[in-house]
Amino acid sequence: MDIKVTVREGKGDCSIVDLSGEIDVYTSPKLKDAVSNLIDRGVYNLVINLEKVRYIDSTGLGVLIGGLKRVREHGGSVNLVCTNPQIKKIFDITGLVMIFGIFDSEDAAMKALV
Amino acid sequence: MNAPAPQVSGDVVELRIPAKAEWVSIARLAVSAIASRMQFSIEEIEDVKLAVAEACVHAIGRGGEYVELLSESLPDGLRIHVRNFGGPVPAETVNLETADESSLGGLGVFLIRALMDRVDYEARPQGGSDLVMFKRRSA
Repeated sequence: MDIKVTVREGKGDCSIVDLSGEIDVYTSPKLKDAVSNLIDRGVYNLVINLEKVRYIDSTGLGVLIGGLKRVREHGGSVNLVCTNPQIKKIFDITGLVMIFGIFDSEDAAMKALV
Repeated sequence: MNAPAPQVSGDVVELRIPAKAEWVSIARLAVSAIASRMQFSIEEIEDVKLAVAEACVHAIGRGGEYVELLSESLPDGLRIHVRNFGGPVPAETVNLETADESSLGGLGVFLIRALMDRVDYEARPQGGSDLVMFKRRSA
């Protein structure tokens, strides 16, 4: 069980973080490092693509929330791409759908940022 | 699969993992396999998997060397005990339906309560505690 994290440049000043695999208590530090590195470099608009994520737990959600809090301090935002119904359900029941922008496509997530 | 449901009611499966983050995935895979054997729906299996993982993270946070999982196949669902061997806790039973989330692990405990049909927290007099969860099978 592992997670793959890839960062690439998006439109404007945003970066796209592609994730695949399972985000849990063991793998989420890798995601935290990637998000922290981007923010430390001054990237405050992020699209995090969860389309290839099969599983996320509360520690993974905590990393996303922590990233969002940090970028908001600089006027930025985090939008998510998520089409997996089980992952969407977790955002629904935790109320995080009210905090994150959640989109069905990367283009829509990026347009909402720039 | 249209195979008849296996007769697993009454069966108990036990698993002991080191209280380390890297073993939580093994616990959730084992329990999801049990739920699958009991013919829970895919959505129900995902619920159980996440609840067990959250319970393991909670147990690891309580300290101790191991976390034990005991899965009981019941006629109407699956009951799972997640036992930690951390320090002594007050000798009382806390019902997570009414407990304060912030005192019991925040978002993880909130998810467990949302995904399972019943959740109880039982302190053991000799130390450590059990988080006992039940998921009803819909079909």
